[in-house]
Amino acid sequence: MIPATFDYVRPGSLDEACQALASDEDAKALAGGQSLLPLLRLRLAYPSTLVDLGRLPELTGVHDRGDHVFIGAMTTHDEVMRSSLVNSACPLVALTTATVADPAVRHRGTFGGSLAHADPAADLPAVVLALDGVLVARSAEGEREIPAAEFFVDYLESALRPGEILLGARIPKLGDGWGYHYEKFHRTAQAWPIVGVAAAVRRSNGSIQEARIGLTNMGPTPLRARAVESALQGAELGDQVRQACEQAAEGTSPSGDLHAQPDYRRHLARVLTHRAIRTAAGSP
Amino acid sequence: MPRITVTVDGVGYEEEVEPRLLLVHLLRERLGKTGTPVGCDTSNCGACTVMLDGKTVKSCSVLAVQADGCDIVTIEGLGSPGSMHPMQRAFHEEHALQCGYCTPGMVMAAIDLLRDTPDPSEEAIREGLEGNLCRCTGYCNIVRAVRRGAQEMGQAVKSS
Ligand SMILES: Cc1cc2nc3c(=O)[nH]c(=O)nc-3n(C[C@H](O)[C@H](O)[C@H](O)COP(=O)(O)OP(=O)(O)OC[C@H]3O[C@@H](n4cnc5c(N)ncnc54)[C@H](O)[C@@H]3O)c2cc1C
Ligand code: FES
Ligand code: FES
Repeated sequence: MIPATFDYVRPGSLDEACQALASDEDAKALAGGQSLLPLLRLRLAYPSTLVDLGRLPELTGVHDRGDHVFIGAMTTHDEVMRSSLVNSACPLVALTTATVADPAVRHRGTFGGSLAHADPAADLPAVVLALDGVLVARSAEGEREIPAAEFFVDYLESALRPGEILLGARIPKLGDGWGYHYEKFHRTAQAWPIVGVAAAVRRSNGSIQEARIGLTNMGPTPLRARAVESALQGAELGDQVRQACEQAAEGTSPSGDLHAQPDYRRHLARVLTHRAIRTAAGSP
Repeated sequence: MPRITVTVDGVGYEEEVEPRLLLVHLLRERLGKTGTPVGCDTSNCGACTVMLDGKTVKSCSVLAVQADGCDIVTIEGLGSPGSMHPMQRAFHEEHALQCGYCTPGMVMAAIDLLRDTPDPSEEAIREGLEGNLCRCTGYCNIVRAVRRGAQEMGQAVKSS
């Protein structure tokens, strides 16, 4: 279908972009358009104005900031997964991004758009949550930082206020000794996960010292599998890890849809968490 | 109405466009480039794939205004019936199409894959084409065609 009419502005500076968004509450930011344009084509959204962030170079790129990496909101999925800095300092982001959509969508879709859209089925929110990322937003009033744990508020709803632009996210570097994996379950090649599990594991001498686990599509927002994280502390690879992962669905509230009923999603969360932890810990 | 300039298949155009005009509709309805079809309403099928500044995009999921100043190559810019691009010829020779609806997008995605992976394995081809759906062929001949196209393009590079 052809989208309904809207106005279009392409600001040349961040200040202009903030003003354009602040002056009209029905205006929307346009990043890669890979979620927004399908919504407009299906006439599920009717913004008055699209504020195109596509020509603001200050929003793109990946920067080494010592203890963390800053990924600009308008950096495309393709750029993120190819970045040597992201691959070395936060591999979980790189390897998860490589599972998002398909090459053509990754050429347009952006890191920030994936977070701002706050879709519980999107892969990157669970990763940023598991890594305790911090999102940075800017409005006419100035900049503010939002921890990932507070950013995802509800289904398709983030903590961004009207008029705020996401500048990017800080991803803490975890340092040596960590292993990573993103376990994504989907039935067709280029697809959203039915359930996804992001895992980072620090391991020594055959047992797990620390684990961080983010769940995709197990509720209206991405979730941490906190019960599993604490049960894994000091767990030995093998039965102890398997038992710990049995708690993966605790505190979740998955929805039922065309692809899966809630009980099936809970089952998947347990199975996929176990797979993700085993792979991240490097044990077959 | 916004005024944009684009280069499509080597020719420059200046057009006044409604903001909601999709790139694929600019190509098909304004510029007559009907070689690029529309296969879905959900950005899934990849039939509409073109190159935008050298990288594949789904032209149904880009606004024409977003392409302002860009260089676009469609299937029509790759070759012509008398002098086909090696990848087009490989699709023809390997019978990699039945209805042909997915073919323009498949060919663009295949060429994009070869930028990084000039000699792709079967698995790399299947992954590289994951955003392009074919309802007819079952993909086997498409994978064969991409292997053959890759070999011919590689030889063309060596002999030039
Ligand atoms: C066929 C297909 C398959 C896909 N498969 C997957 C998948 O497997 N996994 C997955 O995670 N995603 C998938 N996606 C979605 C893709 O990752 C999108 O790129 C992403 O969800 C949105 O990013 P975007 O840059 O395109 O944002 P847009 O579509 O431009 O914007 C999305 C929303 O975020 C807002 N927004 C964007 N950027 C900012 C900003 N900087 N500040 C404030 N607000 C902003 C917009 O206003 C809009 O509301 C798929 C998409 C398609 C079309
Ligand atoms: S028509 Fe563009 S993806 Fe289907
Ligand atoms: S040949 Fe018919 S869709 Fe591919």
